[in-house]
Amino acid sequence: MADYEGRSAGRGPSGKPLLGLAGKDILGIQEMGLGEIELILDTAESFKEVSTREIKKVPTLRGKTVINLFFEASTRTRTSFEIAAKRLSADTINISASSSSVVKGETLIDTAKNLEAMKPDCLVIRHSAAGAPHLLARLMDVPVINAGDGAHEHPTQALLDLFTVREKRGKIAGLKVAIVGDILHSRVARSNIFGFTKMGAEIHLTGPETMRPAEVERLGVRWYPRLEEVVSEVDVIMMLRIQLERQGGGFFPTLREYSRFFGLNLEVLKRARPEVLIMHPGPLNRGVEIAPEVADGPFSVILDQVTNGVAVRMALLYLLTGGEREANRSPS
Amino acid sequence: MKRRDKELVMDEEAMERALLRITHEILERNKGVEDLILVGIRTGGVYLANRLRSKIEEIERMKVPLGIIDITLYRDDFAIGLPQPLVGKTEIPFPLTEKKVLLVDDVLYTGRTVRAALDALIDFGRPKFVQLAVLIDRGHRELPIQADYVGKKVVTAAQDEVAVLFRELEGQDKVVIQEGIT
Repeated sequence: MADYEGRSAGRGPSGKPLLGLAGKDILGIQEMGLGEIELILDTAESFKEVSTREIKKVPTLRGKTVINLFFEASTRTRTSFEIAAKRLSADTINISASSSSVVKGETLIDTAKNLEAMKPDCLVIRHSAAGAPHLLARLMDVPVINAGDGAHEHPTQALLDLFTVREKRGKIAGLKVAIVGDILHSRVARSNIFGFTKMGAEIHLTGPETMRPAEVERLGVRWYPRLEEVVSEVDVIMMLRIQLERQGGGFFPTLREYSRFFGLNLEVLKRARPEVLIMHPGPLNRGVEIAPEVADGPFSVILDQVTNGVAVRMALLYLLTGGEREANRSPS
Repeated sequence: MKRRDKELVMDEEAMERALLRITHEILERNKGVEDLILVGIRTGGVYLANRLRSKIEEIERMKVPLGIIDITLYRDDFAIGLPQPLVGKTEIPFPLTEKKVLLVDDVLYTGRTVRAALDALIDFGRPKFVQLAVLIDRGHRELPIQADYVGKKVVTAAQDEVAVLFRELEGQDKVVIQEGIT
């Protein structure tokens, strides 16, 4: 096909060969290849520019429908996906489990099959059960994006974190990244461990021993018992949200004690490298895992993460829903 | 698969002369460079726009602003089963309202790229007008689009490929018609 003056003849605008993602879904970082991750990050760079325009819209996904199926509460991630889809001119539908027929006892599979019958072009799902997105991806022809499944993975968060670090530092390989807090229950931590390790960074974890996953070193990471030991060694400090509900679970005595040992405040920050990046997936518990002065300070890239989240999600929607997928050509 | 070179359309000197002539035509028709903005369409158009910009600077002693447009997101063949091209960055760091935009591309063929570029431009403001400069016009238009400034018109078969090579990218300047793959 020689339309577009040769631009579609096997080469992209930069002259490089055309690329694509390996599968029809984005379910986790663990199974993704390095090339795929780089493609997503490169594509996200171009999409970031769209959000700086006066008219923040491109017609690329015009006529496509993206359904956000969120079984767990979320404002940040869901809004980010919604904005991303709308900036691509796609139509979006938000379904939260509490207000849907799940309340009437409809199963996950039925909910998904019903939605599929309305011909969406992409399904974004967040669910408290690990593997739920994978189940849907197997059963449905529609591309599925995992927006968080239990404590398993949160791939789009890791991708935007990788993007942010790469943007600020120019690279990821060779960097040292600390992840601090409730590693045990954190899908953000897991996805980031997979992502940063794949891209050549070293991961250093720290948090209460009660929140340390068994045999976590098998993921190729180092564990430190104290935040102080890690702070001066790393280029990036990623703070995890401590869920206030965990207080009663016997993981730590009080929030104040947690904060004293694993909270990031100005005092602790003094030991960090001058170029350190402070990250947090949000929402923040100001004064618990992170002091307000640190969250709002000059080393924090927390808001950049949010901006980049939209760009990365635009890139994913573009890469997944563009073109007629093999699976969509089913005889019907 | 590497295509075979069928015919040399322009060598380095011819390209240089054509660009110089186009530069003079642009300056003549627009009576100078006031409010003029060059916008190159990725990727070939960007190299050409840069060259036009230097030539304008040599003649008028003024630097004309330069923008870059990537039309990938505005294509109309997006849903036709191709693996997606890598999306390049569009860089238009200034509003286009009331500006005279000179769109630059290397080859004008079906006109669909220019259609997409116009769509993209309108999102950045309301230009006073848009003019189009191309190095090669190879006919076979599928939309009512014409260039204001043309380096050379060539006759081609639909399955041929017109390749514009740049010294910055491929090490040499030339335009060749390559044999079609049927």
